[in-house]
Amino acid sequence: MNKSFFARNPSVLIFIACLALFTLTVSVLADGFGAGVISTSFVKTLGKTLCLCLIAIAMDLVWGYCGILSLGHFAFFGLGGYMIGMWLMYARTELIVANSLAEAEIPPTAQEISDAIGNQIFGVVGGSDIPLIWSFADSLTIQLAFVVLVPGLLALVFGWLAFRSRVTGVYLSILTQAMTLALSLYLFQNESGLRGNNGLSGLQNLPGLDDVPQSTVSLWFFWASALALGLGYMLAAWVVSGKFGSVIRGIRDDEARVRFLGYSVEGYKLFVFTLTAVIAAIAGALYYPQAGIINPGEMAPIASIYLAVWVAIGGRGRLYGAVIGAALVSLLSTWFTGGQAPDIPLGFYTIQWVDWWLVLLGFSFVAVTLFAPRGIGGLFDLYTGRHAPNRHGADLGPDMGSLREKEADE
Amino acid sequence: MSTLLEVSGVSVTFDGFRAINNLSFQIADAELRAVIGPNGAGKTTFMDIVTGKTRPDEGRVLFGEKSVSLLRMSEAKIAQAGVGRKFQRPTVFEDQSVFDNLLMALKKDRKPWSVLFYRKSKRDTERVEELAEQIGLTEQIHRTSGELSHGQKQWLEIGMLLAQEPRLLLVDEPAAGMTLAEREQTTDILKEAAKTRAVVVVEHDMEFVRRLNCKVTVLHEGSVLAEGSLDHVTANQDVIDVYLGR
Amino acid sequence: MKNIFLALFVALLMTISPKSSQAETIQDILNTHEAAIAKGSRKTIEPAIAALRDSGLPEAQKILEIWQAKELWQRKADKAFFTAEKDSGSTYNLFDVVTGAAEGQADKKELKQIKPNSGVRGLIGAALVQFQLLDADIDKRREALVAIGRDPNASHLPALRGAIDGEPDPQIKAEKIRLERLLSVQYETDTEARITAIQSLKGDLGVDARAALNPLLATKRIAVLGEAEGNIARELEPGDDDFSQNEAYALLVNSGLAQPVPSSDDIRNALAANIDQGSVAGIPTAQLSNEETRLKAYNTLAENGIVPPAISAAEQRALVAAHKYFEVYDIADSRITDAAQDTLDSIELKVGMSQAIDLGLDGLSLASIYFLAAIGLAITFGVMGVINMAHGEFIMMGAYTGYVVQQIIPDYTLSIIVALPAAFAVTFAAGVAMERLVIRFLYNRPLETLLATFGISVALQQLAKNIFGTQARPLTSPAWLDGALTFNDVVSISYIRIAIFVLALVFLVLFLFIMKRTRLGLEVRAVTQNPRMASSMGINPDRINMLTFGLGSGIAGIAGVAIGLFAKVTSELGSDYIVQSFMTVVVGGVGNIWGTLAGAAMIGGLQKGIEWMNPSNTLAAQTYMIVFIIIFIQFRPKGIIALKGRAAGD
Repeated sequence: MNKSFFARNPSVLIFIACLALFTLTVSVLADGFGAGVISTSFVKTLGKTLCLCLIAIAMDLVWGYCGILSLGHFAFFGLGGYMIGMWLMYARTELIVANSLAEAEIPPTAQEISDAIGNQIFGVVGGSDIPLIWSFADSLTIQLAFVVLVPGLLALVFGWLAFRSRVTGVYLSILTQAMTLALSLYLFQNESGLRGNNGLSGLQNLPGLDDVPQSTVSLWFFWASALALGLGYMLAAWVVSGKFGSVIRGIRDDEARVRFLGYSVEGYKLFVFTLTAVIAAIAGALYYPQAGIINPGEMAPIASIYLAVWVAIGGRGRLYGAVIGAALVSLLSTWFTGGQAPDIPLGFYTIQWVDWWLVLLGFSFVAVTLFAPRGIGGLFDLYTGRHAPNRHGADLGPDMGSLREKEADE
Repeated sequence: MSTLLEVSGVSVTFDGFRAINNLSFQIADAELRAVIGPNGAGKTTFMDIVTGKTRPDEGRVLFGEKSVSLLRMSEAKIAQAGVGRKFQRPTVFEDQSVFDNLLMALKKDRKPWSVLFYRKSKRDTERVEELAEQIGLTEQIHRTSGELSHGQKQWLEIGMLLAQEPRLLLVDEPAAGMTLAEREQTTDILKEAAKTRAVVVVEHDMEFVRRLNCKVTVLHEGSVLAEGSLDHVTANQDVIDVYLGR
Repeated sequence: MKNIFLALFVALLMTISPKSSQAETIQDILNTHEAAIAKGSRKTIEPAIAALRDSGLPEAQKILEIWQAKELWQRKADKAFFTAEKDSGSTYNLFDVVTGAAEGQADKKELKQIKPNSGVRGLIGAALVQFQLLDADIDKRREALVAIGRDPNASHLPALRGAIDGEPDPQIKAEKIRLERLLSVQYETDTEARITAIQSLKGDLGVDARAALNPLLATKRIAVLGEAEGNIARELEPGDDDFSQNEAYALLVNSGLAQPVPSSDDIRNALAANIDQGSVAGIPTAQLSNEETRLKAYNTLAENGIVPPAISAAEQRALVAAHKYFEVYDIADSRITDAAQDTLDSIELKVGMSQAIDLGLDGLSLASIYFLAAIGLAITFGVMGVINMAHGEFIMMGAYTGYVVQQIIPDYTLSIIVALPAAFAVTFAAGVAMERLVIRFLYNRPLETLLATFGISVALQQLAKNIFGTQARPLTSPAWLDGALTFNDVVSISYIRIAIFVLALVFLVLFLFIMKRTRLGLEVRAVTQNPRMASSMGINPDRINMLTFGLGSGIAGIAGVAIGLFAKVTSELGSDYIVQSFMTVVVGGVGNIWGTLAGAAMIGGLQKGIEWMNPSNTLAAQTYMIVFIIIFIQFRPKGIIALKGRAAGD
């Protein structure tokens, strides 16, 4: 009965093994080890993809398992990126400024250094004062804590407000979308203190490690992303495997029933929402140093909807599905929009994928929703023979409740 | 026998329509009670009020020895206090196994944190198996509950209610859509349950009510029309008027 | 300056007693002022111009114009004035300045061209204004008024006053009187008359009225040891919000009452300039990395007289405390400033009220836009329970349809008339196609509908980009929709917005009519409430769903044309409105057209209201609005107009 966690969830072991193999292969082939088969920029792309897989797991947890279609998780992702970005940018600017001022005849005062940093960072938005929210930007520890705390707190407050008032289903989706929009609009302003639409840049450079080549740094981040993904996957698998998973799947399928069983649905939702927000934030904090730049456009509501798309294509309600969906779609996206995909000449018109990729994605998404609601992950069911009566939302209303299911289907 | 649930002077209005009108109702510990009434008599709304789904405009709902008011409590709190409810349509968690369904309903700490770190003990497993036997689903215990027949789902739901160990069980039309044999077994389960707790059954089917062989309350237009044994109430002229039309 | 006033005074006298020099001819006047005209000095020319201006002679205007245009010539021999034209070689033909009759010839050497400098030409121009103000041509008079209004100066005042009585057109006369008052406010020398003019502007909403009054209240800040003299606006207290200690000290420095404090930059530069073998004033440079040490080194330098002394914060405070600070009006006469303040206050009050009305109109028009954008959504979302994320793209399709129609039909009025039904048809078809191909398979799966329609939205947006390109396409409104309905200088509303408001009203009525009075509406309501029952009564729910969805989409198309008229048509047009549209529906309450109306009114009004409080920043306004909506949902989760009872329970 009390078999170990892995024995009960063989898929976790398989996943971890695949991930480890993948990480090893990429590392060996990467520029950083001299093999040079995989370019540094592609290592970064792969590392970023791992981060996207991590946030997809968070999304799957909150949507696929708990039934909350959050269109706001990219906001948490972005916030996490901003928090670590603040340190990266501040610490590096501080080093540069200190270097340049050190050459002056008179050593600089603390005030002069901070003024110079302010000028460097905020000159672009026409300011030189360092905003209050940057107070702790010089401390890596505090900013790392903020990566978890700030999005976590936002999720907690927002979730508490939303779940308390029993906003569910589509309403909740729209509300989370509104939250994301509000946040990104707020960050677009110069007054937000985060450089408005310029965002934070130069994040790929680690302060004090200018001597380390990007090929090595990219591998470090790749490993960190892989580790985070592995840990995130195990955490998520652990959360959904036990009774807790039972309860949140119950909430997804019939919230009222769970409530009448005596579980405080709001508390569970809030827990899952906040936990996944934190996972998303950590994914973001690993993603943006690899991307090098973050701006509020990244947090626009559309990004969060894409996240839902990945999870849906990969297959909801199964963690590996989310990972597959995120990896596949985001890599394909990079391939198509990067101009690498060959154009298709039709004689009268040439399909250039840079223009037509989104059209293809949009329609294939419709196709997946219509014809393969279980996504790519559903293919695994054919192999394992798992089949569940899929009655999600298929409402046996009051006037059907007295019928047997078979009768109702007829 | 002491009073377990006391509903007094409760009224509810939906958009000007009085669904419940100055309803008073009492039930004792370990009592089986059938509630009948024509459509729109307020049977389901009455359950909604007791379980906290609907807030009444006025009146009191008191529960237990300490006479706790249920009106200020959330659905989850009411359920934890010992009121279980079975809905009209069977609502079990279809993509989870019978075992998981029952395990979820088992009376345990329901706080997210303790559920997260919950590890099932041997005792819990035994208890679940015991319940499965009680509702006749021992053989189906590891099947996905979506694959069960309609009647089995109804029993599973009753089993889940029992797992909660409630002191008051509200059952809404348990026999709907069941075969005759299934009805008999349902009656047995309910009667058995009523030995240790109060059970209120809302039902249309007079045959089923007769088989329950218990005190009957007739609701009409949101208030109690008659109360007593089935024979007593069916002899009541008002009840005949209501059921057969004037 | 004195001369000008003198001249003005003379001119004024002459205006008051006209026709006093009736007997003179124009040549007489020219002869009288011959020396001044020939000399062309700004200082002495005034009487000559005044004499011409006030002569009352019809030729005076022509003479002034000739003079201004540098076409006036003088024969050196007899100092007589002519106009001249080159004949051949250096010979010029001379003509009479007034009649243009030939007056013989002269060699260039015998002649002198009068070339007034720009200052004199300006004075002539001012004198000419009076003639223009009295010109027979009404357009000329109007132009002259506009010219004065644009660039008024003191010299216009008498000319304007002289031109009021003779004005035949009542409207222009009113404008003249108003302008005269505005000029009086600024240039009248008689205090009483000026105050009267100031007071007469009470409640005047014109921007020019405020522009004329505001300079009267210009102040400057002074710092004094004892009591201030002059027309004091108020006393300043150092440390106030708008008058910090530092500002006070800076004022002292500017007034020569205190020494400037060396800034930290000054100190650093002074130190850097005095480095002596790796140390400054005996302190090694490496230690100069904080303010105190630097100050210490600087003070040592100051003691040696190398640099001006630093002034400690305590000394600064003492100096600041020893003085008093005032804001003093530039105009010494307190009666004028009081009157101006009084009048401005009354104007501000009225402006505030008008702005509130204007804001209300703005909010109303924004609300009608949101209503138009949301009404289609309210149908699909509210009535059918279908989330259509591609709704915004239907709006965009409508706008592009309008654009395409305008490419085919160049007449704007006709093209709009064609575009409205065309947009409806296109988006109706698109909506029906979408319902048939996608949505009907997803009924009862709202979240999946949301995602599928989002996929369509992405595809449609990119398609539009591929077809129409990324740059904005214009959708031009017909000329009769240009311009605005103006109530006064503050309150106005453009005709396009009125048209959109009317359109929104039409759709409200249309929707109510369809839902309450037609068979279709009855069937839609039946299907909404109980599809099984409806179908058992012979209603085809498929058909109804299809039509309802088409109707909602079609209205989105029409909204697209309306929105395209005032916003640029881009592929992102729809996504700009989609969140607001959803908000409108959700805030208003699902399944109720009045709720949508209330939601649109609330969101539109709120957005305008927040923008008004923080006018510089529409981004912030949107942020705050969304936050407000999130909080609002807390208190009314089911919207403003909520369905009650068991129907809303599940």
